[in-house]
Amino acid sequence: MKIHEYQAKEILRRYSVTTPRGIPCLSADEAVSAAEKLGGDKWVVKAQIYAGGRGKGGGIKLARSLAEIHSLADAMLNKPLITPQTGPNGQVVHRLYIEEGVDIQREYYVGIVIDRSRQRACLMASSEGGMDIEQVAANTPEKIHKILINPITGLTDQETESLANKIEIPQPSLADAYTLLKGLYRAFDEMDASLLEINPLIVANDGKVLALDAKMNFDDNALFRHPDVVVMRDLDEENPLEIEAAEHGLSYVPLDGNIGCLVNGAGLAMATMDIIKLYGGEPANFLDVGGGATAEKVTEAFKIMLRNPKLSAILVNIFGGIMKCDVIAKGVTVAAREVKLSAPLVVRLEGTNVDLGKQILADSGLPIISAINMADAAEKVVKAAAGGV
Amino acid sequence: MSILVNRDSRVITQGITGKTGQFHTRLCREYAYGQQCFVAGVNPKKPGEQIEGIPVYATVKEAKEATGATVSVIYVPPAFAAAAIDEAVEADLDLVICITEGIPVRDMLRTRYKMEGKKTLLIGPNCPGIVTPDEIKIGIMPGYIHKKGRIGVVSRSGTLTYEAVAQLMALDLGQSTCIGIGGDPINGLKHLDVMKLFNEDEETDAVLMVGEIGGTDEEDCARWVKDNMKKPVVGFIAGVAAPPGKRMGHAGAIIAGGKGTAQEKIAVMEECGIRVTRNPAEMGKLLKSVL
Repeated sequence: MKIHEYQAKEILRRYSVTTPRGIPCLSADEAVSAAEKLGGDKWVVKAQIYAGGRGKGGGIKLARSLAEIHSLADAMLNKPLITPQTGPNGQVVHRLYIEEGVDIQREYYVGIVIDRSRQRACLMASSEGGMDIEQVAANTPEKIHKILINPITGLTDQETESLANKIEIPQPSLADAYTLLKGLYRAFDEMDASLLEINPLIVANDGKVLALDAKMNFDDNALFRHPDVVVMRDLDEENPLEIEAAEHGLSYVPLDGNIGCLVNGAGLAMATMDIIKLYGGEPANFLDVGGGATAEKVTEAFKIMLRNPKLSAILVNIFGGIMKCDVIAKGVTVAAREVKLSAPLVVRLEGTNVDLGKQILADSGLPIISAINMADAAEKVVKAAAGGV
Repeated sequence: MSILVNRDSRVITQGITGKTGQFHTRLCREYAYGQQCFVAGVNPKKPGEQIEGIPVYATVKEAKEATGATVSVIYVPPAFAAAAIDEAVEADLDLVICITEGIPVRDMLRTRYKMEGKKTLLIGPNCPGIVTPDEIKIGIMPGYIHKKGRIGVVSRSGTLTYEAVAQLMALDLGQSTCIGIGGDPINGLKHLDVMKLFNEDEETDAVLMVGEIGGTDEEDCARWVKDNMKKPVVGFIAGVAAPPGKRMGHAGAIIAGGKGTAQEKIAVMEECGIRVTRNPAEMGKLLKSVL
């Protein structure tokens, strides 16, 4: 799960991470009163969307007067912001964060991720702040310093000091930096984050160390112990079909193509998308109904897929293991009737009671195209999607 | 031979009193030598009870002492599953298979840390389990789709593994052992660990390796195969069509920061001499072609 910058900063401040002062707001008028409340003579107007690269897309602007705040806020609010990470249609900005302007002495990068191959949380830091860290990693990997963190002891004093020195935090700011780095790791660990990124971390002209930006993602599997994080979820930022799918225990990812896939199991679902592409088609979605698919889940899955206006054919690929094919076949026929299926439907069943399952589909009177294996199914659905049923 | 488990393995079910644990323990007992293999269950609140004739103990340690079991399988809910693994590791079991899906990464990081220096091996979590056909199945895969043979199968998924097995069976190729190592980012045995075991197993002639997007386990395994493997290995990687930054069902199936793409994995595997098919309908055929 993702949250906005202003929410991440709210959490981080609880962990002694210093940030500029800021106020979230929903209108240009609110933005102006936020700036008045913050005081000072310059402010940063920041579009709050989940996607990164906001600066490049014009979603982060400096304002030097209240009038400027008003016009910048007006220009950003309720309009799509296109960044390198939003896709071509951009993401509509519903909320701004007005922050006090800070004079920057130096910029750094700090991030915490899970290093899968080393099976540890990994704290990464670089003196190359404010830049695309993936580019830094590709061009000057020696400028990224890493610490693999022992989950029991946490980030030690020694590790913290060594890292702050390596990225060349100025001497007078070191103590501040230690506090901030340790706070970051504690926040990452205690909040079950899956990613925490501060880009840039800055040393201000007055020597203070501040998190100027903050990106925080959370482990979905751990949300049950963080109800305070769950309420931060901004449904405007997420695909409504993905949300609905998740509520039914389905895993759904929309794609650009026109062939819907409904599969049991994540690996098989990915392989089904792959084979559609291999046979010249384009998958409309990833949809995993779970290894032990039930008739109810299949029905919900059909409904979600069919809400995609681009859909021109559907491939159901089920390997019935513990869940038997006849049960799935019944589910498919019930669902197809309930949703008044309009697109051609290719079904490939394999596994337990497969013959019984196929018989149920054949006897249903529904125009279901039966396939004998994955290759046959892919070929048939690509043809059907092209109008050649 | 086979690897890790056979008809002589003795297994404890952690979470046997739950619906899932009870259901799958019954199916496992009905498979091949399962009746003699599944000897104990654990539930701290129900020691002394019997579940379909299987005695329940309060702890893994007690179950091990009473029955001599050295393997456990875990079906407990995600919030408690990491602690269940810890308990099996503390009891010095040889092998733990954790079926549970949805364990927080933070819990698994701690569990993996505590496992360092211990003898216990872990399969999973979020996996279908392990089967040595016609001897024992431990987990949730359908048993009847397998038969004894000389092909090793290692995979990160469930139903895609069944698909691979069905393709092998259509070509009359039985399996020595099939292992689903699971779809989580922090887990126990990796492709590499399983590959080493297959390499040493006299009853395995060739290995089918099924991977997916996310992480670098397949690449690590491929590099080892290049220098060490004495047997043919073929592969398939799921997720060529997967977009970056999106979790594809499995917690670990995500292309993050440009890393973990199917294309990259396939390229490394092929560089290392592993033949990889782009067509998931041809995994069996490809395997047969290298025998």
